[in-house]
Amino acid sequence: MAVNNQVAPARDRKKDVKKAKLTYHAMLAPGMIFLLIFSFAPMFGIIMAFQDFVPAKGFFGSEFVGLEHFKYMFNLPDIGKVFRNTIVIALGKIIFGSLLAIAFAILLNEIRLKLVKKSVQTIVYLPHFLSWVVLATVVVNLFSLDGTVNQILHSFGLDRINFLGSNTWFQPLLIGSDVWKEFGFNSVIYLAAIASVDPGLHEAASIDGANWWKRVWHITLPGMLPIILLLAILSLPNVLEGGFDQVYNLYSPIVYETGDTIDTYVYREGLVGRDYSFGAAVGLFRSVIGLILILSANNAAKKFTERKLF
Amino acid sequence: MIQGNSLSTKIGKFIIYFIVISLGLVCLLPLWNIVAISFSGGAAVAANIVGLTPVNFSTKAYEMIMEDAQFWRSFFISVQRVVLALAINLILIVLMAYPLSKTKREFKSRNIYMNIIIFAMLFSGGLIPTYIVIRNLNLLDTIWVLVLPGAVPIFSVILIMNFFVGVPKSLEEAAVIDGASPLQILFKVYIPVSLPALATVALFSIVGNWNDFMSGLIYMSQVSNYPIMTYIQSLTIDIAELVRSGTSSDALQNIAEVQNRNLNAAKIVISTIPLLLIYPFLQKYFVTGIVVGSVKE
Repeated sequence: MAVNNQVAPARDRKKDVKKAKLTYHAMLAPGMIFLLIFSFAPMFGIIMAFQDFVPAKGFFGSEFVGLEHFKYMFNLPDIGKVFRNTIVIALGKIIFGSLLAIAFAILLNEIRLKLVKKSVQTIVYLPHFLSWVVLATVVVNLFSLDGTVNQILHSFGLDRINFLGSNTWFQPLLIGSDVWKEFGFNSVIYLAAIASVDPGLHEAASIDGANWWKRVWHITLPGMLPIILLLAILSLPNVLEGGFDQVYNLYSPIVYETGDTIDTYVYREGLVGRDYSFGAAVGLFRSVIGLILILSANNAAKKFTERKLF
Repeated sequence: MIQGNSLSTKIGKFIIYFIVISLGLVCLLPLWNIVAISFSGGAAVAANIVGLTPVNFSTKAYEMIMEDAQFWRSFFISVQRVVLALAINLILIVLMAYPLSKTKREFKSRNIYMNIIIFAMLFSGGLIPTYIVIRNLNLLDTIWVLVLPGAVPIFSVILIMNFFVGVPKSLEEAAVIDGASPLQILFKVYIPVSLPALATVALFSIVGNWNDFMSGLIYMSQVSNYPIMTYIQSLTIDIAELVRSGTSSDALQNIAEVQNRNLNAAKIVISTIPLLLIYPFLQKYFVTGIVVGSVKE
């Protein structure tokens, strides 16, 4: 401990330190109580996944059925489909979202006109802050049968496509609209990464006659690589995030085949269908895989990039 | 950057400007279309011919909203929610971030608390058990169910904690010598120097609470208790259903539906205005917050 040679006598200092520690506990207490009620009590509530939970009987009165709900779940053809959809949709969003954000950041970095740069940034960040409730209306306006896109297709003499009601088109639509919503905002972090690349390298390469493509490929991208790698690793746990808000606002029974995700499935079967225990079982399965993924991602990040999430 | 004045460089620059501006327009125009629809007349909306300028300009939709009591009830539920959540979030964030920013030597239990918090961030009981707990607490259909489950935004606590760690120790030591208590140090030393970071988490809280529709959907059984986004969602879903099921464009000719579409556009515009008002701040603080938050550690 540091040597204290200030005015306060040692005995008082010690008392102060003790008092400070008590205050620290007191400061943390309100937040911990909220976490206890709204995070840890539901974790305890997971026991309902092993019960035939009846709300009137509660967690303590409901009958235990062991792993029955899990057995039922794994025998359900729907489950594989729902997990597959979730992973395909989430991976699509992560991969295409990152690629567009990286490309956009590199291009935006070339814009020298302040007015253009600022205006474009202002606009492309905007969708990130809007709710899917709002953006779903935008998507429907564009992609419904008489929407703008179909009007354009029609004017070229092509057949109209029922994007929102087609199992071929629904996943690309979810991925595309999410990429559209987020690419601008995601480019922020990549722009910062580009800014940290040493400009001297570019000058040297220019003198050696390297053209723009070559400099992007050999200088800018390698300079961004640590951030790209870090974000890629840290997005790993998101492969189980189908994006409830988006899917719920756009899907319909016709596209359950390709559009139903874990979150929407649990909501429908567990909450709306009041099959509480089954919903909790699916939710638990998802949470456990999610936890494993996030811990692995954190370890991988520590190992490969010497950074970590927590 | 692209340098020089040769023809190929000029073409290169032109292509880059073209792509970047196009992407900007791709983000802007679909949103602008909603604004144009909200100011258009019923027939034009029915034919779906409204592009970027209102057709048969009309403010009828907005006049109708003025008389929609539920819209304004939901709007003020959301305002109330944002204010309550913001106050609770900020208080809990600073109260938790300060002790957690101490080293293990200064505050022995620090790591235990930290592990508990991180565990709560990584693992959740899931939708159904959370619903049952909240139901047992008799919180359904109250304003508190929109505020209290998210009372501790853990990501924000960690962000502010990291910020507090970077505050120079000398500031605190001077206050300690003056006999200041930890609470006084927090409010007189740490908070004044952390205002930009606090603005960032405040904006997280405002945007998240304003945009959230899922809590309303899950925890409210009465439409009269819906926050704004849940209310709008409950309206738009019908027409979306109609459009996507691919059935009749006949049905779309139906005047009532058309008015709905027009009206929904106006509701969306009004519900977005509060976000647009704070958008300049969002852009400023979110961007710095994101960059600081993720690059640092």
